[in-house]
Amino acid sequence: MKAAKGYVFKYGDNVDTDVIIPARYLNSSDPAELATHCMEDIDKDFITKVKKGDIIVATKNFGCGSSREHAPIAIKAAGVSCVIAETFARIFYRNAINIGLPIVECPEAACAIEAGDEVEVNFDTGVITDVTKGTTYQGQAFPEFMQKIIAAEGLVNYINTK
Amino acid sequence: MGMTMTQKILAAHAGLDKVEAGQLIEADLDLVLGNDITSPVAIHEMEKMKVNGVFDKDKIALVPDHFVPNKDIKSAEHCKCVREFARKNEITNYFEVGQMGIEHALLPEQGLTVAGDVIIGADSHTCTYGALGAFSTGVGSTDMAAGMATGKAWFKVPSAIKFNLTGKPSEWVSGKDVILHIIGMIGVDGALYKSMEFTGDGIANLTMDDRFTIANMAIEAGGKNGIFPVDELAIAYMKEHGTREYKIYEADADAVYDEEYTIDLSALKPTVAFPHLPENTKTIDEIKEDIKIDQVVIGSCTNGRLNDLRIAAKVLQGRHVAKGMRCIVIPATQKIYLQAMEEGLLKTFIEAGAIVSTPTCGPCLGGYMGILAEGERCVSTTNRNFVGRMGHVSSEIYLASPAVAAASAVAGKIFCPCKL
Repeated sequence: MKAAKGYVFKYGDNVDTDVIIPARYLNSSDPAELATHCMEDIDKDFITKVKKGDIIVATKNFGCGSSREHAPIAIKAAGVSCVIAETFARIFYRNAINIGLPIVECPEAACAIEAGDEVEVNFDTGVITDVTKGTTYQGQAFPEFMQKIIAAEGLVNYINTK
Repeated sequence: MGMTMTQKILAAHAGLDKVEAGQLIEADLDLVLGNDITSPVAIHEMEKMKVNGVFDKDKIALVPDHFVPNKDIKSAEHCKCVREFARKNEITNYFEVGQMGIEHALLPEQGLTVAGDVIIGADSHTCTYGALGAFSTGVGSTDMAAGMATGKAWFKVPSAIKFNLTGKPSEWVSGKDVILHIIGMIGVDGALYKSMEFTGDGIANLTMDDRFTIANMAIEAGGKNGIFPVDELAIAYMKEHGTREYKIYEADADAVYDEEYTIDLSALKPTVAFPHLPENTKTIDEIKEDIKIDQVVIGSCTNGRLNDLRIAAKVLQGRHVAKGMRCIVIPATQKIYLQAMEEGLLKTFIEAGAIVSTPTCGPCLGGYMGILAEGERCVSTTNRNFVGRMGHVSSEIYLASPAVAAASAVAGKIFCPCKL
């Protein structure tokens, strides 16, 4: 799996799916359209500043609340290459894996990395490197079962290959 | 080492004698659910799968409820997509406007969810059916698509937190206050990835509607599911509402729990969750300041059931909502709507100056039917008070029971029904 590299947008605890993609935009399921409203209610500048490959780093319980898959879809379509958090809400965690948005749980990295840092994530080893600070962290590796889903680039392809 | 109630249900559906926390399993599904927001994404994903239709047309429920009756053209297109999929695949349990209700009130009422089931739904509040002793949990659209196609889903077997409920709640304390109290105690990620298993002799003092409300908000503590033991009341509910065979599972006596809490229901007070997290709770007597409000919503998958409406009507009977207040009452299903009409509750609401809407999730998620303007405050019986959830990012949501919501509508500020 290709490594992710980009600049960091940093958020705190309990970033919920309502602020990732507000329900008033859920009358669409088009990824490109959803991406234009990504993070709008928590960070209105996000969508104008984010560049392809950038990384979201947050602390506890990222993606809590609604089960809307539109949330990881919007983040992925906005160009984000990886989300690092201390913990993820469980439905968001499943959804991200199922649609092929790489996510990594790593409390140390989630707390230490700051907004604007350049960060690289190696998905084969789980190693997270803060290039700006010159620090590295060991992220949690996925169980083998999830690695297979990720390797197939999502649940749909995984089922098709079974 | 024994198994929890949830683990036993999952083991049985995975064809295993025993499972333990952390184990990855594939389980057979008894029901797969989706709504008008999540189903179109699932249908699109399913079209990419190399499958011939759905695994079982009787074990899928499609309930357009979030933005129906269609709030705009795009929502209408989503509903059309779901309707056409249901028709093409001859889905037995597709609920059109006129039969529909808010999914998590509707499906138990239709007898489609029973004890011992494994249910996934592309809606986070799918955990509601734990009130009947089912394992049910929210998933996303791709999981829903895989579930519709294969009848299976993968799960990581959860560990559990045990909540031992004792005593009898006092007059104005309901299931909503119980679950808000618990979320305030353990936090919005206090049960992350875990089961919340309720037990204890206090459960006998909770109505089924109370239990649905409690299980419904397990997700608001991060829980994978919330589940109740199956007692005579639950059995009576299932027999009244359907004919499906249920199966009762009980936790082993030596089941291991990550944590255990004992909650004396008689000691609980009406509880309100302040903006912008359900864990920001205060009991009503801890609120010293006047918090003036603009709107009250009584409804949703959390609190739009008949008992909820009865309690609200009891408070509003012979009273009037405050000047300038908008009070929106939304019965959760057509059946509840009709029962509320027959019992005279709707008359009470209208005479009190409230409005009554057709069943919809509408305002709970800021869809329509009660959006908040900049700086407005709402007391709502719904389940989330996140930033911007019901409208403008500077609006505020205070989560409360139907009793407190109705009393607040009359007082124009957050208010205890005991003081009216």
